[in-house]
Amino acid sequence: MRLIGRRLALYSVTAWVAISVNFILPHLMPGDPIQTLIGKIQGQVTPQEIEAIRLSFGGGLDKPLLTQYFTYLSQLLHGNLGVSITLSQPVTTILKQSVPWTLGLIGISTILSFIIGTVCGALLGWTRGSRLDSLIPTATFFQAIPYFFLATVMLLVFGSDLHLFPVLGAYSQNLHPGWTWAFAASAVRYAELPVVSIVLSSIAGWMLGMRNMMITVVAEDFVLMAVAMGLPKRKVIMAAARNAVLPSIANLSLAIGLVVSGALLVELVFNYPGVGDLLLNAVQNEDYPLIQGIFLVITLAVLAANLLADLVYLGLDPRTRTETAT
Amino acid sequence: MKKLRIPRSPKVILGLCIVVFFLLLTIFGPLLAPFSPDDTSFAPLLTPSAHHWFGTTSLGQDIFSQTLVGARATIVVALVAGLVATMLSMVVGISAGYLGGYTDDGLSLMSNVFLAIPGLPLLIVIDSYLPVNSRSNSLVIGLIIALTGWAWGARVIRAQTMSLRNRDFVEASRIIGEKRHRVMFFEVAPNLLPILASSLLFTLLYSIGAYVTLAYIGLTSTSVWNWGTMLFWAQNNNAPLSGEWYWFVPPGVCIALVGTGLALLNFGIDEFINPRLRAAGLSSKQRRKLGLPRRQRLGLTPVVRSNVTTPAPIATTKPVTT
Repeated sequence: MRLIGRRLALYSVTAWVAISVNFILPHLMPGDPIQTLIGKIQGQVTPQEIEAIRLSFGGGLDKPLLTQYFTYLSQLLHGNLGVSITLSQPVTTILKQSVPWTLGLIGISTILSFIIGTVCGALLGWTRGSRLDSLIPTATFFQAIPYFFLATVMLLVFGSDLHLFPVLGAYSQNLHPGWTWAFAASAVRYAELPVVSIVLSSIAGWMLGMRNMMITVVAEDFVLMAVAMGLPKRKVIMAAARNAVLPSIANLSLAIGLVVSGALLVELVFNYPGVGDLLLNAVQNEDYPLIQGIFLVITLAVLAANLLADLVYLGLDPRTRTETAT
Repeated sequence: MKKLRIPRSPKVILGLCIVVFFLLLTIFGPLLAPFSPDDTSFAPLLTPSAHHWFGTTSLGQDIFSQTLVGARATIVVALVAGLVATMLSMVVGISAGYLGGYTDDGLSLMSNVFLAIPGLPLLIVIDSYLPVNSRSNSLVIGLIIALTGWAWGARVIRAQTMSLRNRDFVEASRIIGEKRHRVMFFEVAPNLLPILASSLLFTLLYSIGAYVTLAYIGLTSTSVWNWGTMLFWAQNNNAPLSGEWYWFVPPGVCIALVGTGLALLNFGIDEFINPRLRAAGLSSKQRRKLGLPRRQRLGLTPVVRSNVTTPAPIATTKPVTT
């Protein structure tokens, strides 16, 4: 269990760094963005909201930096992320509406892409040297395309030209959000195209990694033994793949950050009402409290996902467990 | 001296061609552009024709010229970011791997923290606080991208340094009293060359993606033409939904091509490091020429010792076929 402890420590430090970056950045920048910001919104929002924004950045500038830092931390603990300037609502309220959409979209597409990519990669590794190898440059091409560009092309071709999928938004405008079948069906329908484009963009990485690992594992004696014993091919591939998949899972925690970064922009292309879309609007309106809140939420979510991936790895690879015992 | 073996697989040659082509475009692109990218004197939204190869924007700017001019900013920022990040990961990786102890703990923690924070949101937060005049500065943007992209390379280099640390030649130079930094950067570093190169390619790939993304969401100055700003204007004018494909496809395809070129080059490095991948990448025709079994399922993938074009005896453990 020492491994879990070490990972937990690492992620706590990372979370702390992210939180501190959020505090320090506005103070580092020339021209004091916070003061400019407050000056700009004077009159647009209520004095209470200005006070909330000021507190979420650590209070007045007349106080020493350390005091400001602790004010900021305590506000964070109380769930005050400030007030969004453009939407004049607390940042936490806004995030509560958009986080579920993002979580569903990115979660499902990451899992799908990992599973499909790994299975394809295992088969590619097994049939190495065959005609299927020509898939590799194609996959590389897809990997090199920015997520948002692929999404744009898919939106154009399948959404607005062929009218195969609904575009823009996360559910039909005629429905009210709620736990009804009609709404769920509409949400699934609207998520199809974004999910497909995220899966297409991210699948190549899993595929190539798995293929290369498979080539190494197939050379091992136990695979030869399995064939010599006359096991059916399917079982042999399974046995080899089970061993080859470990590095992929170990890499999962690294890749999640990248996939999330890319997927955020896909939301933007499809006007999906998630965190990515929100982030873009915040950036264009220089809505600093909202930008910072989103950054924190994304970072913490990615860290949680990393921890989960590490736990899965620990469960799958007995070697990591014996290592902790010594 | 042993001759450097350059993998001759078609994938790598293709990658090399693409990368060289775009490097030339970086240098000569702005000179070749037929019009100024800001020139709004043409009819808006022309479809591609002999006069305007890629058509025009809704403001009547020539998209072909924008693509050519945009290559420079895009690739220069990527190069700055890639080189700085690779230097950073080299110094951190080698120091952590070679020195060990508390230095290693500290540096590893630092790179793990940077790995765990999702890069793009961090970039956006930093960039949104930048004053507007720094956003048009390629150097500033490149440095920020480098700051978020060095950690992966550092981790790989550290692992490799640790395996080199106790080799005889390193031990020997330590015993004859070489200074520590000399051992680190003149004995260890040259042996990391393939890994450094691969890490450079990866960072370049990341940097292009990051820069284009920042420009796409409007976080770099819109007065500097790069492929990301082109996509930004296309998106802002709803080009994807109104079917103006010629507006956003050229910059997107350019980005994808550069990326593919870099990734294909990286295959070459992978095959250089791991010879078994080299044989696995051969086409069936080449396999026949080398006398390898056409279908190979089991056993060691043979190591191809010579270039594919000149059939020569290959040293291989006898492959087992089913």
